[in-house]
Amino acid sequence: MEVSSSSRRILASLLETRTGQQLAVNRNWRIDTALAPIMREHRFENLDHLVTKLVTGSSPALTEQVIEALLNNETFFFRDKLPFDLLMGGPLKRIETARAAEKRIAIWSVGCSTGQEAYSIAMTFAEQEVRWRGWKIEIVGTDISRSAIGRARAGKYSQFEVQRGLPVMQMVRWFGEEGEGGWQISQKLRDMVRFEVRNIVERPPEPKQFDMILCRNVLLYFAPDMRRLAFSRMADALAPHGALMLGAAETVIGQTDRFVSDAENRGLYVPAAAAAAASRRVA
Amino acid sequence: MKTCLVVDDSKVIRKVARHILETLEFSVEEAEDGRAALAHCENAMPDVILLDWNMPVMSGMEFLRALRRAESGGEPKVVFCTTENDLAHIRAAIEAGADEYVMKPFDRETLHSKLQIVGVA
Repeated sequence: MEVSSSSRRILASLLETRTGQQLAVNRNWRIDTALAPIMREHRFENLDHLVTKLVTGSSPALTEQVIEALLNNETFFFRDKLPFDLLMGGPLKRIETARAAEKRIAIWSVGCSTGQEAYSIAMTFAEQEVRWRGWKIEIVGTDISRSAIGRARAGKYSQFEVQRGLPVMQMVRWFGEEGEGGWQISQKLRDMVRFEVRNIVERPPEPKQFDMILCRNVLLYFAPDMRRLAFSRMADALAPHGALMLGAAETVIGQTDRFVSDAENRGLYVPAAAAAAASRRVA
Repeated sequence: MKTCLVVDDSKVIRKVARHILETLEFSVEEAEDGRAALAHCENAMPDVILLDWNMPVMSGMEFLRALRRAESGGEPKVVFCTTENDLAHIRAAIEAGADEYVMKPFDRETLHSKLQIVGVA
């Protein structure tokens, strides 16, 4: 299906206005793939007809459906295992020490999509039962997509989703069969995670001060000014001893002055103010 | 280069698996049932075995039990790759010595992630 440049501009503008996310030219191919089911469902002959309907503003439900379809919900369990292991190693020990008195750790999975990252974190803590006995582990997943958050809350995954990235031993331990080809995550893990519909550029969720923030492969869809705002929101929400994890190909360099690279853990980022205070203490 | 033995009675599945594995830089051998797979292993143990469940002559489970009893048979990683997609079959496979489990149908990313989990990719 050919996407006319005017339709593409309108769709890109709609997406950016509503979500802050950009529709890069190199993602043009995604438009027709993403919108094909909607075209079939509403029997639009071509994309221009669909866009015309959107422009008239006569169907808010259709607009919502189109925006949801254009968002990228790609995710899987234990995505990028190495940096994930890194985060749950040294930085978690640092956080454990910092929170030893209150025994409470809060983790924010930004752009959590259908919840696999948040549940992967929950699994990691649940499998270290002795270490975290008596601790309150609060994991919050947020995403702008209402349908993705609905699926995350339900904790039901297809056969395809459940086996992607997830070791079979953990699948057997934490999932039960649910209908034809479906898999339901355990209630224990669901009780550890809270999901909210929220845009990264809005105010952070409760408890507002997090020990870890994971924002992987989210900010690459934002324009530079929105990206700066998102970094600022996360810096406000991260405890001085906390750690930020971005996607493997993402960085803070040239994007924000609120975070700096974690000197001890390559690939992670810490609040710039806390790092500066620590270096003053050393001097 | 790591070696993978694909054991499946379906020529189509073997061809698809071979294609994916070669893009992941594996050297691929094929066997159409458990007995042929055992013969391969007696000749040279692969690093990893992608194993179907239901096959004529010798099933995947019979092969796996025989492999794990054999000298050096504990060495290869065994990834079941089957349409037997329920918990009872998965648990039985793990008990018999399987390292991972792929439920068909599968794609490149799923297979790659499972090979990473067992430490061969």
